Amino acid sequence: MSAKTRIERTYMSKKEEREKQRQEFIEEKGIIYLENVSKTYSAGVAAVSNMNLSIKPGEFVFIVGENGAGKSTLFKLLMRELKATEGGVYVMGQDAGKLRHRQIPKYRRQIGVVFQDFRLLTDRNVYENVAFAQRILEVPTEEIRRNVPTILATVGLAGKYKAKIRELSGGEQQRVALARALINQPAILLADEPTGNLDPQNAWGIMELLEEINAQGTTVVMITHNREIVNSMHKRVIALKKGVIVSDQEEGEYVEED
Amino acid sequence: MLRKINSLFYVFRQGIANIMHNKLFSLASVATITACLFLFGAFYAIITNFQHMVMNAEKSVSVTVFFHSEYDLCYLNANVEHREDYVHPEGQIPSEVRIEELGREIAAREEVSEVKFTSDEEAWAKFGPEYFGEDYAIGYEDNPLRGENSYEVFLADVSQQDALVNWLYSIPEVRKVNFDESTANTLTGTNLIIAYVSAGIIIVLFAVSIFLISNTVAVGIAVRSQEISIMKYIGATDFLVRSPFVVEGMIIGFIGAGIPLIILFYMYQYAIEYVTLRFPTLSSRLGILTAQEIFHFLTPVCLAIGVGIGFLGSVLSIRKRLRV
Repeated sequence: MSAKTRIERTYMSKKEEREKQRQEFIEEKGIIYLENVSKTYSAGVAAVSNMNLSIKPGEFVFIVGENGAGKSTLFKLLMRELKATEGGVYVMGQDAGKLRHRQIPKYRRQIGVVFQDFRLLTDRNVYENVAFAQRILEVPTEEIRRNVPTILATVGLAGKYKAKIRELSGGEQQRVALARALINQPAILLADEPTGNLDPQNAWGIMELLEEINAQGTTVVMITHNREIVNSMHKRVIALKKGVIVSDQEEGEYVEED
Repeated sequence: MLRKINSLFYVFRQGIANIMHNKLFSLASVATITACLFLFGAFYAIITNFQHMVMNAEKSVSVTVFFHSEYDLCYLNANVEHREDYVHPEGQIPSEVRIEELGREIAAREEVSEVKFTSDEEAWAKFGPEYFGEDYAIGYEDNPLRGENSYEVFLADVSQQDALVNWLYSIPEVRKVNFDESTANTLTGTNLIIAYVSAGIIIVLFAVSIFLISNTVAVGIAVRSQEISIMKYIGATDFLVRSPFVVEGMIIGFIGAGIPLIILFYMYQYAIEYVTLRFPTLSSRLGILTAQEIFHFLTPVCLAIGVGIGFLGSVLSIRKRLRV
């Protein structure tokens, strides 16, 4: 056996070993795992305090709480926009705090994100918005041409791929955002108030879609204020207040803690 | 490999798209670089021509070295009867072989470009008619400049004239060195002033260009902030987020360099034609450089500077405003 082959085999076996450990970690601790996480901003404000949290693969979880509860900080910690002051944030078995700067893009590819304000590129059409997510990950054009129509069909926009973003309703725009978040097949979908700008009918349409996505195996974490949606969905509800988890209920309801 | 090529295409497309999105700012940046490099090119053409003329003038600056000889000592000191045996107490009378050797030593020095030997006979044949007219030989049975063998030494670098003169005086066989201090000093001073003034102006112009490009890119970053934030969330690499802005700056720099080069080329050719036709004597005396001679160097330098300014401006802006 040549030295090169030996090195390659050693490297592969180490890679396989790491992957195995990662899978074991996910099974044991969860796809998202927070261990004694605190985040204090430079002004001394504690946005998150000693937070412990475990979300299993395939779960649908609502994160609820009033303004200043720590939802946005949690979102940023999960996206590795912020680094925890203390404790560990683990996503897909990776310690976000220990990532090097150049490893962050690859880490983020595991998480699809949608926002309340859609954040679409209004100077491009539906197809280009969705294709954009693959283009920047260097996916070959032929593959993009195959994937975009499929994902647009999934979100119910098959016939609107040429439409300009401004021509779409709020619900349709959020569907485009969902298609963009899902086209790279992330294991986790992080939705920050995805129904916040929608009328009830469109909001329910989006929730149905999120449920479908979840049913196909994607872990969905949704940050919301919408009491009606949370209470109707009968999913796990984690309530935050002043940076602390005040309740964590399976099939829970949006309960305001005093 | 295909993915990398796709990414490069993406980066270029986005770079061009950025320019098109910010047409006004891009135009302003191109115009500024055009103005800067036009001035740079014009300065370069003028300075290079001036230096060419100065170099021609420098080539005509020479020092003349005279050696001790039995004859000149005779004229100086009438008491000496046996001229052949006389040796100066500090100096030495060089033999013909030694004079040749000294000529080679002088020619070997760095600051020397050319050495011409003038024998005493040649000197009389040259200066006789100059001072006494055609009948210069009348009344002189012997050569009055007998023993005045000399070297005319032309300098490669006029600023080194003093050093050369000092060295020449340290040679025991050297009796006298004729040189014109003011010409050398004037040429050296002029060269220095031109170099400092042009360097100062060009540095200021470049600083302005970098500042403007940096601002254009900053506007591009602001305009594309939404897209950048999406790219970051999707997991785009730093390279993919930042490169379009670098490409934008470099394209602006390239265009900004190309325009003045084209304008300058035609203007320069027109100027040469005009001067040659209107002032033929002057142009042949000045020795104006051809457009090819100027642009052979100016084209790559201008393009490199343009692209370099674009690169630097965009990188400065990215580092300040784009944290991936």
